[in-house]
Amino acid sequence: MTSLSGVRLYTWQRLSAAVMAPLVVLHLGTILYAVNAGLSAAEILARTQGSVFWGAIYSVFVLAAAIHAAIGLRAILVEWARLRPVSAGWVSAGFALVLLVLGLRAVGAVVLS
Amino acid sequence: MSASRQKLLWIAALIHRVSGLVLAIFLPLHFLVLGLALSQASRLDGFLRWSDMPVVKVAEMGLVILLTVHLLGGLRLLVLENAGWSARQGAWALAAGGVSVIAGFAFLFQVL
Repeated sequence: MTSLSGVRLYTWQRLSAAVMAPLVVLHLGTILYAVNAGLSAAEILARTQGSVFWGAIYSVFVLAAAIHAAIGLRAILVEWARLRPVSAGWVSAGFALVLLVLGLRAVGAVVLS
Repeated sequence: MSASRQKLLWIAALIHRVSGLVLAIFLPLHFLVLGLALSQASRLDGFLRWSDMPVVKVAEMGLVILLTVHLLGGLRLLVLENAGWSARQGAWALAAGGVSVIAGFAFLFQVL
């Protein structure tokens, strides 16, 4: 890893964290509110279906989480699993892609379905 | 910095990393379950009924604790890196742990 890519990863990690922090607070608040009455598919969809607000919030959340988790995973693969930085980078990029696809599909499922 | 505070912050860093790893493993499963709403709402309901089991609720409480501790640990790092070192880092780390456990029990009381 060059120092430049290290700085880039560090910056993206912190930027994605700063974006996610208020979204995590909102998500935790929603969890505590929503589980009170018991969760069902109908209850979740009643809250989210057709909502531009939830669609936008959770799309940004998914994007930031995919970036943040992949960079964190890369660090763990290099430092704990002793993978070469290039290999760890590819595995992490693949993981980011999986999170992005599954996450946006999930957002679509609860907002657009 | 005292040895005990150094150890406390090392534990805080370890918890931050492990909580992040567990949340990263959980995320794809979470997305897959929500994706069921796309075409198989009945399967989503089946999963939600399964998740009513007490042992699953306790596991979910654990996830709420991990998400909260990762959030607060991350905020502590962001403040530390952008506002400089604070002598009360140990206290902030302990507070993050305490608030996370409270959040976990708040979740448990909500679902009981």
